[in-house]
Amino acid sequence: MIKGMEHKKIDLTINTDSARQILTGFIRSEINRAGFSRAVVNLSGGLDSSLSCYLAAEALGAENVMALRLPYKSSTPDSSEHAKMVIDALGVQSIIIPITDMADGLINRFPDMNRVRQGNIMARVRMIVLYDQSEAFHGLAVGTGNKTEILLGYTTLYGDSACAINPLGDLYKTQVRQLGKAIGIPQVILDKPPTADLWLGQTDEGELGFTYDEVDQLLYLLVDQRYRPEDCVEAGFAESFVRAVMDRVRRNQFKRLMPPIAKLTNRTVGYDFLYLRDWGT
Amino acid sequence: MKFNIALAQINTHLGDVTTNLEKHLELIHQAQASGSELIVFPELSLTGYGLQDLVPNVAHVACGDDPVFRPLLETSQKIDIVVGFVDEDPRHRFFIAAAYLARGQVVHIHHKAYLPTYGLFDEGRFFAWGDSIRAFDTRFGRVGILICEDFWHASPPYLLWLDGADLFLLTSASPGRGLSKQPALESARWVEDINRAYASLFTSFVVHSNRVGFEDGLNFWGGSTIYDPNGELISKCPYHEETLLVSEIDLNQLHRTRARLPLLRDERTALTMRELHRILEGDQR
Repeated sequence: MIKGMEHKKIDLTINTDSARQILTGFIRSEINRAGFSRAVVNLSGGLDSSLSCYLAAEALGAENVMALRLPYKSSTPDSSEHAKMVIDALGVQSIIIPITDMADGLINRFPDMNRVRQGNIMARVRMIVLYDQSEAFHGLAVGTGNKTEILLGYTTLYGDSACAINPLGDLYKTQVRQLGKAIGIPQVILDKPPTADLWLGQTDEGELGFTYDEVDQLLYLLVDQRYRPEDCVEAGFAESFVRAVMDRVRRNQFKRLMPPIAKLTNRTVGYDFLYLRDWGT
Repeated sequence: MKFNIALAQINTHLGDVTTNLEKHLELIHQAQASGSELIVFPELSLTGYGLQDLVPNVAHVACGDDPVFRPLLETSQKIDIVVGFVDEDPRHRFFIAAAYLARGQVVHIHHKAYLPTYGLFDEGRFFAWGDSIRAFDTRFGRVGILICEDFWHASPPYLLWLDGADLFLLTSASPGRGLSKQPALESARWVEDINRAYASLFTSFVVHSNRVGFEDGLNFWGGSTIYDPNGELISKCPYHEETLLVSEIDLNQLHRTRARLPLLRDERTALTMRELHRILEGDQR
């Protein structure tokens, strides 16, 4: 973990009522105008997906939300239990679809496959199930990615980041926790260390090398407040930390954009063919 | 004179002028039935805001021959109307525009003069910049219309004030941003502060009609307001909810406020012009 940092605590407190009103309105608006009334969510038992599930249930009505529990053989049993707490609290519809066979179908073809590859396969298999169940339930996939992980690229491209709409993508992890607490997510989910649960003992903060608390404060200065790196160092953040985070944000820009199309003509998708997703609705 | 004004804080369909027009006509009818004499719709109320390459497809001309303006002009026989639209001029430049319709006539068209092209905004890419700031006469007195970014600069309202406007009709499609620990978003607080300031500084009525709804991930925060010449809040619509709010405006308040606080009388326009000339045309420091 990072050492030698002393800075004034940056206040990331949000008005949770305001956020809740806007995010439920967003879910309702974006789902209804696309011609749907229902949502599906991959419910991992973690904080982010729990919050997406709570917001979707509030926006659309519990009966219109399908929570998917998608365990792999090595998933911690806690995860499924915590997901069940959310399902029971909200009264949303739910289904368990183990992904072990689907993922192992590929994993077992390459016995020396490393755990990063295995983890990405699991994330992408879960995406496949999400989209299949989206069609089956006739509901749009509500995403769970928060601002911290999106900026840091701590996601699997076309895996856990795949969704139709994302209500949490402009909230830092710290703020997701605030909103989660205000909306009534069970304390055990709020308190546990965030994890992608792709291998035993994995934790986000262990993998990242810093805490969400620290990186959220730094990202808030760099991104929201447009601090230059030297301003952050002056504010008391370790220079190596600032450089590492900035570099990580830059290197992961590709996960946040459509792949570039080579421009040849006068009108190219991605450059000068510009319409909102909500075109005509 | 007292009159009722309706704030039409609406959501719109993006790029679907026909559906939006139906909603306009419904609300105009409702407002008129409830005794309103003026109804103010938000910025781009006929088209939606995030138009991008749709701009040329949704443009209309404010005249009796136009299929969208014909029914609006008809209903303006009974109630004055401010609508937001995309104006295509005879040389095919497109403007974010507001039209004031009364008694079957297009009384005034304002082209948005300040186009935010920074951060989330990209208006300068798709629209031409308006080139005039003019007050105009209505049966409620002299009025000025401004659109969103126009009143994020002090100069347009100042010009309208000097051009005789005592009633400001400000329209916007303002995206909500700046979530903090406050109940209201920063964008709402900022706009409310400046609207109150304009009402106070210019001792005039300041009416603000903002839209609601979502376009992709942008929310529009509503919170439409009316401030009186003392800078007091007369009425306010809720944030984020479609609302048709009818309020009474008592134009006699102008007499009372300006008798107490003659800021208009004392405004030194010649001094301002001299100094502005010096600043703009003097040495390039």
